[in-house]
Amino acid sequence: MIELLPLILATVITAATPLVIAALGEHVVERSGVLNLGVEGMMIMGASLGFAGAVVLDNSYLGLAIGALAGMVMAGIFALFALGLATNQVATGLAITIFGLGLAGLIGQPFVGQPRPPIPALVFGLDPIVCLSFVLMVGTAWLLNRTRAGLILRGVGESHGSAHALGLPVLKVRLLAVLFGGLCAGLAGAYLSLIYTRFWSPGMTAGRGWIALALVVFAAGSVWRLVAGAYLFGAILIAQLHAQAGAIGIPSQFLSMLPYLMTIVALVVLSMAGRRGAGAAGSLGQPFVPDR
Amino acid sequence: MMVLSLVPRQGVSRVREIVTPLVAFVVALVIAALVLLAMGKSLKTAADVYVVEPLTTAWSLQEVILKATPLTLIAIGLIFAVRANRWNIGAEGQYVVGGMFGGWVAIAAHGMEGVWILPAMLIAGMAGGLVYGLIPAALRNRFGISEILSSLMLVYVAELALDYLVRGPWRDRTAFNFPKSVNFDAAATLGPLWEGGKLHGGVLLALLAVLGAVVLLGRSRFGFAVSATGEAPRAANFAGFNDHRLTLAVFAISGALAGLAGIIEVSANMGQLQPSISQGYGFTAIIVAFLGRLNPVGALVSALVLAILLIGSETAQIMLKLPFDMTRAFMGLLLLCILAGEALTRYKVRWNA
Amino acid sequence: MLKYLLGAAAAVALSVAPAAAQQKLKVGFIYVGPVGDFGWSYQHDQGRIAIEKALGAQVETSYIENVPEADSARSIEQLARTGHKLIFTTSFGYMEPTLAVAKKYPDVKFEHATGFKRDKNVATYSAKFHEGRYIIGQIAGKMTKSNTIGYVGAFPIPEVVAGINAFFLGAKSVNPNVKIKIVWANTWFDPGKEGDAAKALLDQGADVITQHTDSPAPLQQAAARGKFAFGQASDMSKFAPNNILTSIIDNWSPYYIERTKAVLEGKWASQDSFEGLAKGEVKMGPYVNMPPEVKAMAEATEKAIASGALNPFKCPIVNQDGKEVECKDALTDAQVTSMNFYVQGIDDKLPK
Repeated sequence: MIELLPLILATVITAATPLVIAALGEHVVERSGVLNLGVEGMMIMGASLGFAGAVVLDNSYLGLAIGALAGMVMAGIFALFALGLATNQVATGLAITIFGLGLAGLIGQPFVGQPRPPIPALVFGLDPIVCLSFVLMVGTAWLLNRTRAGLILRGVGESHGSAHALGLPVLKVRLLAVLFGGLCAGLAGAYLSLIYTRFWSPGMTAGRGWIALALVVFAAGSVWRLVAGAYLFGAILIAQLHAQAGAIGIPSQFLSMLPYLMTIVALVVLSMAGRRGAGAAGSLGQPFVPDR
Repeated sequence: MMVLSLVPRQGVSRVREIVTPLVAFVVALVIAALVLLAMGKSLKTAADVYVVEPLTTAWSLQEVILKATPLTLIAIGLIFAVRANRWNIGAEGQYVVGGMFGGWVAIAAHGMEGVWILPAMLIAGMAGGLVYGLIPAALRNRFGISEILSSLMLVYVAELALDYLVRGPWRDRTAFNFPKSVNFDAAATLGPLWEGGKLHGGVLLALLAVLGAVVLLGRSRFGFAVSATGEAPRAANFAGFNDHRLTLAVFAISGALAGLAGIIEVSANMGQLQPSISQGYGFTAIIVAFLGRLNPVGALVSALVLAILLIGSETAQIMLKLPFDMTRAFMGLLLLCILAGEALTRYKVRWNA
Repeated sequence: MLKYLLGAAAAVALSVAPAAAQQKLKVGFIYVGPVGDFGWSYQHDQGRIAIEKALGAQVETSYIENVPEADSARSIEQLARTGHKLIFTTSFGYMEPTLAVAKKYPDVKFEHATGFKRDKNVATYSAKFHEGRYIIGQIAGKMTKSNTIGYVGAFPIPEVVAGINAFFLGAKSVNPNVKIKIVWANTWFDPGKEGDAAKALLDQGADVITQHTDSPAPLQQAAARGKFAFGQASDMSKFAPNNILTSIIDNWSPYYIERTKAVLEGKWASQDSFEGLAKGEVKMGPYVNMPPEVKAMAEATEKAIASGALNPFKCPIVNQDGKEVECKDALTDAQVTSMNFYVQGIDDKLPK
């Protein structure tokens, strides 16, 4: 069993990485006071366009970059509506998801059934995007908690009225945050189609965008709690598969429930230990229209 | 750096409120038409599929109403939650549990006669959704766990639980080990309201829910407390409703209505329990609620619009040979246009350098 | 005025729909997944394309994809209403809706895949995929060094259970020490999860992976670890050219063409079709990456099954409790299509 541990650990990390990346992006978005429910749509666009780009240019690294940009373009559309026109953020995010799922399917259609060669590991058998996700974690935590930019971003999210009164560019900060969120979601999607499983198929994000949104809630304001939540989720996901292979006789449906149930249980435990964490940003989900 | 800025309109006129969404609709249609033309498809057929046919033939009209029924029911419940600033993302799960509980009554009463069976199923379905909806509410009250997370996670749990039941204990023993329950008896089936028709009693229940919500939200102290909590939590306390009880109440309402939608669909549309009884109604209803501007009548209208789109996209696959993804992208586009239209009723857009 | 307008519009709608449909036979399909799933629905759509190729101007085909089993009656009826005279509903969950719609449209022929209820105008069809599974079981039994084989299943329905049993019987017939580990993905299609399931099996010592889910992910994961695996539904060679052993290919084309011709010639009758290697419903991909003697064995087995000389479920069949299953020569088709037990030697438990 011991010698298996590194292998299993690698599997857990790979399973958690798309969740970590997408959730980190959405974390920044929500800290700025914007609720973008379009993560699934941005992610699938990243998966589709990333794969298409990789095939056309015959370069998976460029594919990853294209996927990330595709997510960012979708985020730009979201921003145009939700920030530019102050439309309802929940409805706009859901519309982006529907639009993205459709468009990604159309773009990916000619690429169904095509394989891609693997991307070689960088260090310790970990692929470059996993390594990038480590950088992203530290970077996001540092940016949000240790820099002036992070302070401004959180201020904008806490109360856009006061932030505006202080002369902070509320919409500009939010636009940048939303674009960053899209970049991350797109990258997470491209990771799915180019590294996690190396082919494109419609609907391959299979709800991971929603799990990422849930992880942002789990984070309760802390990047490290978010990361811990994502790895916990991934670990239970993999553990239940191992339990099945071990033929322990519990119906597989109950084992499949575990990642979802344990996420709630973990929050209960944290709460009982007096660690509820911070709530959502004060202005979360509210449109902001500056008066002149 | 912002080139786009919004100026609130003073006193939005009625005319504008009606005209702008229509203009948005037309804009979306023009974009879609251009794409279709570029693909060499017939615009006449497209108009038939999306507009003429759903609104003129009795068959399609009834199908549209049937499709809008669960969406309306769930959206009405969600309106209560959202107005009180509570996020029930898990209506899908409450829908599934409603179908499961109500379906259990039908399975248990298999072979029995009696007019009590159908009401008992509907009540069990509502109760199931209600109880399942209370879990995230209780977790929020007791442990401060965000209901966004818990309600969403519980969707997956409900789906897997149903999957287990129809493959295991509730499986029809005569169905050659396929995963389905027994076929419901006539006494457990929500039949058509008139001979040869398609509409069933669930449609009336949905209308009743709309009506009830209009009264409750517009004219009751409870309705005031719900909206007050959303806008200013303290004010609600003055009205004699505390935060915790209100959370429980709005989740109970939205859970019960989602559960009711679940058992209506199972009884009227499927006539059996099967591994999957939903197709994302609980999520689509979130859009319905917001497109209807959190107004019960608005939700009814937007549920009908979405139903036309959903059904039109099926017909478009047959008549226009459009891929499903194309129709889905159109739907997203149309939603965005409607949202933009709504924004433009409230604001003037200025472009400044 | 409004009434007049609506009436006129309806008249237009009516005149548009049937005009084009007069001569050609319209054949409709309902798919449970996207046609781009490269698995179950994709292969059915290949069958639809084959009809168009084979019968050309005599037919016109349409399909609706991504139709949820929970709300399929309307979609099926849409096809019937729009002049389709032969309708294939390609998933088990469409059984009751297909029967209900068929009652309303007695002059339309329906074909329901993998179900067990028929009517005057409803036929059923399925394919003996377990025949292919017996062959890959034998290959796996020969190729494994750890004597542990991993099996990724979607859901424990009879078709999948029969597949596991046939696979295990095949493996056992050439390697008495072989063990099988099963993981249920609880999904037909979630590439990430299917891949994770394969990794878990590999971690637990499996060195050959087989799958009864739709995507190439398990195959890819096995290849990434330098282990062997099989393709599912279509020839998946290009996803792991050096690690694939063969593929079990769903091939609906001969059946679809035959049934469409039957309607054109007025000879269609309700029936239950359950064919396999013999008639080409199930095909094997090229046998590669294996020693010549294993390849020769596989080819011989394939030939024997196709000719009827070998039945994967030949008697005696012993179940997990050590009891012999009622059996004369071999299990009947009905026993196979409703299979709800594991054969002796499999550790997993089925939900009861």
